[in-house]
Amino acid sequence: MTAYLKLVVKNAFRQKLRTALTMLGIVVAILAFGLLRTVVDAWYAGSEAASATRLVTRNAISLVFSLPLTYYSQIKQVAGVKSVSYANWFGGVYIREKNFFPQFGVQTSTYFDLYPEFVVPPEQMREFLRDRKGAIVGRKLADTYGFKVGDQVTLRGTIFPGNWDFVVRGIYDGATARTDTSQFFFNWEYLNETMKKTAPRRANNVGVYVVGLASPDVAAEVAAAVDATFKNSLAESLTETEQAFQLGFLSMVETIVLAIKVVSFLVIFIIMAVMANTMAMTARERMAEYATLKALGFGPQHLTLFIFGESLFIALLGGAIGVGLSYPVVNWFGGVMGSLFPVFNLKPETIYMQTGAALFVGAVAALFPCLRAARVRIAEGLRHAG
Amino acid sequence: MKIPFSYTFRNLWTRKLTTLLTASGMALVVFVFATVLMLEEGLRKTLVDTGSYDNVVVTRRSSQTEVQSAIDRAQANIIESQPEIAFGADGLRMVSKETVVLVNLNKRDSDKPANVVVRGIAPLGLALRPQVHIAEGRMFRAGASEIIAGQSAADRFKGAGIGERLWFGLREWVVVGTFDAGKSGFDSEIWGDADQLMQAFRRPVYSALVFKLNDPSHFDELKTRLESEPRLTVEAKRESTFYADQSETLAAFIRYLGLTISVIFSIGAVIGAMITMYASVANRTSEIGTLRALGFRRQSVLAAFLLEAILLGMVGGGVGLALASFMQLFTVSTMNMQSFSELAFSFTLTPAIMMKTLIFAMVMGVVGGFLPAIRAARLNIIDALRAV
Repeated sequence: MTAYLKLVVKNAFRQKLRTALTMLGIVVAILAFGLLRTVVDAWYAGSEAASATRLVTRNAISLVFSLPLTYYSQIKQVAGVKSVSYANWFGGVYIREKNFFPQFGVQTSTYFDLYPEFVVPPEQMREFLRDRKGAIVGRKLADTYGFKVGDQVTLRGTIFPGNWDFVVRGIYDGATARTDTSQFFFNWEYLNETMKKTAPRRANNVGVYVVGLASPDVAAEVAAAVDATFKNSLAESLTETEQAFQLGFLSMVETIVLAIKVVSFLVIFIIMAVMANTMAMTARERMAEYATLKALGFGPQHLTLFIFGESLFIALLGGAIGVGLSYPVVNWFGGVMGSLFPVFNLKPETIYMQTGAALFVGAVAALFPCLRAARVRIAEGLRHAG
Repeated sequence: MKIPFSYTFRNLWTRKLTTLLTASGMALVVFVFATVLMLEEGLRKTLVDTGSYDNVVVTRRSSQTEVQSAIDRAQANIIESQPEIAFGADGLRMVSKETVVLVNLNKRDSDKPANVVVRGIAPLGLALRPQVHIAEGRMFRAGASEIIAGQSAADRFKGAGIGERLWFGLREWVVVGTFDAGKSGFDSEIWGDADQLMQAFRRPVYSALVFKLNDPSHFDELKTRLESEPRLTVEAKRESTFYADQSETLAAFIRYLGLTISVIFSIGAVIGAMITMYASVANRTSEIGTLRALGFRRQSVLAAFLLEAILLGMVGGGVGLALASFMQLFTVSTMNMQSFSELAFSFTLTPAIMMKTLIFAMVMGVVGGFLPAIRAARLNIIDALRAV
């Protein structure tokens, strides 16, 4: 066994340059594969972090339309509903348009109870509740823009005109690594009171209601009951689980997600062609050797083992380096992308897939050379010159 | 003296499997490269065609999209009375006061929801966009709950086809016609009577004003006047600029993603070409020695091997481009992150893209073949001849 391994390793490094190039190719491919898969996962992070005990109620026409504030007490009365909160998408611009991050005006006293994964220190929460212009920002967002508690932040409204001043009163951390900590929350009352003065017609309107359930089992009934309450009204509602709500966003960009997925597999195919080429050339050069081995009494199964071993060795070593580099590269890329991808982590599944891909590439590349080596006739092979 | 071209060609032909594997790797890379360029071009073309240079869109200041914008009737009247606005054949000002909202509709194939732009237009709205004409059925009647759908919207969304009905804003809307907007962004929209839609959505304000200039050069003057007018808080843009701005993020996203992927892929392909060419040199050491002994110079050998690599690249490039040209049959629809609405566009192949792609393939060949070619040219005649 040791002799076999020794032979495999020695064989692999006989053509140092070629092996090094092939390995480099595999490292790049496995790295790219991991990165692309992580990008795909990042799109899905929102729906994965969604809680089964939360429903989202929005206007049935589309998210652009709001619901009246009066629905609050009506939704609260629906059986199975534990708590209700509401939020408005603000869509403000921080200094420049490329500095995008989600901002929500939220019902302060109830919103954070519904989202236990946003962990705010109690004293900061108290300060936030006391200040109408207060804001709570996520850790990642605070790190990106250097927000500290007490800082004043001005956003230019796109949906709600004007410049809006906020004071950062707290910074929340995520309960798990999958929690989105790139959001900006502020007091809904601040928004509403200002709208009452500047555009009274738009006051007392809510973007979405977040409905907390007593148990996930009643989700379907509660959603139906809420929507039935507002049937045939001026603002019909559509209630779905938080996950469905998030997936709804995702389905709108699914072409892009699909393209990234396809590309991540294409990169594996390309490296497979490169690797297969390397192995085909190696086998061709060694035909005489294989014939000699056969003449010495080694059977086709031995030759197959040699070739497979070599191919897998190169592919797995390259794959291992690729996986090892994935961690720093994913971290770096996530940092560069900032708040565009709120959750950007390398998942264990991705690493399994990377390893599987390397194994697959190595195995497929060895296939043709093995067949040829196994079939070669001794006399013919011995005559074969490089 | 030059080494004949047929020598290079036959070298590739002899080792078919290796040539095939290397070229197919390159073809895949070229395919991706070309597809990305075609996609970006398709998006650009769609949005450039949407806007017209002598039309102006007025929206509320800093509201980025028509959906976020609001212009009340008093403001609309002020804007409408500007002297730079052209008069139509019937003596009316060429203005369309429009209301733009997003409606959630389900796709025909996947039943998944997407945001579709529903645009309420004034009677002159159609005349303002000469690229739009009714393809099937008829125009909606003013004052009726009738709508017309862009061809791409009609094809993709449930209830948006001709004769079908849509339910929104507490009303049933009949699709009485479909319109062809010449592959512009309007193809993904649904149009109806502005007054009816405003009533249904309970929106007392317009979203935007679109009008035609009587002289396109008056734009700057008009823009300054409108934006400094104290009774207004608006922003005026040429329609062409307005739509180009809306696709900036999506175009940049496609470009960066495509470039990153192309770079990663081309590393793989270049490595493949390099391995092939190194092997090609190693296999033919004695052959190269013979060539040199026959009197071929170092640079001729270098040229022959570089040519072989370029040829390999061109084969890959040709195949990749041929595959990519089939992508023109497909249409992509995705959400434009800026306008938050669904937009359909197709892959567009232009001569410029073909050139870029072939150059890219050739460069890959040159980069992959350069080092091996140098090794071939540097071989010592005696050593090379002695090699088995």
